Amino acid sequence: MNAPRQHPGALTADQLSIARLVPSGSHVLDLGCGTGALLDHLIRERGCSGYGVEIDDANVQACVARGVNVIQFNLEDGLALFGDDSFDVVLQIDTLQHLRNAEVMLRETARVGRTAIVAFPNFGHWPNRLAVLRGRMPVTRVLPYQWYDTPNIRVGTLKDFDALARKNRLQVLDAFGLQDGQEIRLWPNARASRAVFKLQRA
Amino acid sequence: MHFPDALRLRSGASIRAYDLSYETYGRLNADRSNAVLICHALNASHHVAGVYLDDSGRVKEKSEGWWDNMIGPGKPVDTERFFVIGVNNLGSCFGSTGPMQANPDTGEVYGADFPVVTVQDWVNAQARLLDALGIRTLAAVMGGSLGGMQALSWTLQHPERVRHAVVVASAPNLTAENIAFNEVARRAIVTDPDFHGGHFYKHGVLPKRGLRIARMIGHITYLSDDVMNEKFGRQLRNDSGAIKFSTQDVEFQIESYLRYQGDKFAEYFDANTYLLITRALDYFDPAREFGGDLSGALAQARAKFLLVSFTTDWRFSPARSREIVKALLANQRDVSYAEIDAPHGHDAFLLDDPRYLGVVRSYFNSKVAA
Repeated sequence: MNAPRQHPGALTADQLSIARLVPSGSHVLDLGCGTGALLDHLIRERGCSGYGVEIDDANVQACVARGVNVIQFNLEDGLALFGDDSFDVVLQIDTLQHLRNAEVMLRETARVGRTAIVAFPNFGHWPNRLAVLRGRMPVTRVLPYQWYDTPNIRVGTLKDFDALARKNRLQVLDAFGLQDGQEIRLWPNARASRAVFKLQRA
Repeated sequence: MHFPDALRLRSGASIRAYDLSYETYGRLNADRSNAVLICHALNASHHVAGVYLDDSGRVKEKSEGWWDNMIGPGKPVDTERFFVIGVNNLGSCFGSTGPMQANPDTGEVYGADFPVVTVQDWVNAQARLLDALGIRTLAAVMGGSLGGMQALSWTLQHPERVRHAVVVASAPNLTAENIAFNEVARRAIVTDPDFHGGHFYKHGVLPKRGLRIARMIGHITYLSDDVMNEKFGRQLRNDSGAIKFSTQDVEFQIESYLRYQGDKFAEYFDANTYLLITRALDYFDPAREFGGDLSGALAQARAKFLLVSFTTDWRFSPARSREIVKALLANQRDVSYAEIDAPHGHDAFLLDDPRYLGVVRSYFNSKVAA
């Protein structure tokens, strides 16, 4: 979305971990696809097909330049372009924190895809908690912005999202943390800077 | 190029024999796989790029092709890589057979008797031109506005002959408001006393008043409110700032501008062509045969698509392009869509916007050339 992803060419370790969650040959929708690196990887390495959605002009051009299908619109306008169950997997990678209607988008994501994969910065990660205990908002690699000029209009924890998913009757197929590309399954809400959920409609 | 065989039209009528004016740029490669067909909109022609030279070899003033910022050596549609074809449509007035030419059956100038042509008829005529040029498959077909409708229609009429379609500032059909604007323009022309039921040529007159008004109303719809205000605002023609208190004199700059555009247009454009082309716009509606289901219609397409729209274009609004995108998505077709936040209204598709030109360039480099 607003912030271009790191490393427009190569995937980060976290992105590679997320890519492994997508079954080969899936039809994929990547909401907030940035420069299209992840989708490009899924198409080339995992035989997937699909589309990215982006709002940023430069990112749209970057997607087109690498041959990735991209549809330019504002996710705040909803997913009316897409029919029910039209994708095997819908990705929301580092997108949720930019959306005003994150809950509506979560429901929409579950409507258009059979499986949803959602990843976002985990505010429950211990350095964030420590910073707040010290009385300051955290500035970290995953949350690199000062509180007064951040494109992230919300922050939440792995546990917060788990509650939101349940509230919307979504079944959590898998949930874990990512830290430096490593999956964190023991106390992920404290030990991981990024939260990852794999969901489907219950 | 002359086509001796009759072309049967969608209306059931035929054109017995006809000519199509065309220009090409760049070179057709050995396997004939780099051809790009450019389709024109209402008032343009086959002269899409480059300039004309006069007898002494100097560049003729204002002879640039109408999409010269898009097409040419090193440009987004790079003629060092692609063999680009511009063609003037049947019924137009830039050299292809149209109402100003003689009907071979009667020897008389067609005038109002020129048969009604549709987007589909144009595509069929263009396909015959490609046959004659030895081109089986187009690397891409591309057009803006009415030209975009032709590009879309190509993918439905000849799906196996189109690898890519680039559809800019276009729509799957016209809205009632759009047809209404066309009708006002047509009424302006046909009610001009010099129109003579479309047979004005033999009276030695031209319905210029009607054409001027048609162009003036058209021109308003190609701009945006913002651009008009920025360019003209409430500026008076008269520098002194004194109001004339006249109902008929030109008072505001916008009036002067529209009159100038109307005058210029009436000098070179044919009135019957204006009627024919606006009707082709009105009739275009590929979903009609599918009970209004655009996804059903686009299921026939095999091409990959790039669509572009402009946020301030209210004549062919982004919502209309999104309808096409939605129908392509429903069919799981390859499609990319750029919605350019440009202030210039419908005209934006002919202007230099680096985001617009950049995305078309990227598409041709990464997809069409691949």
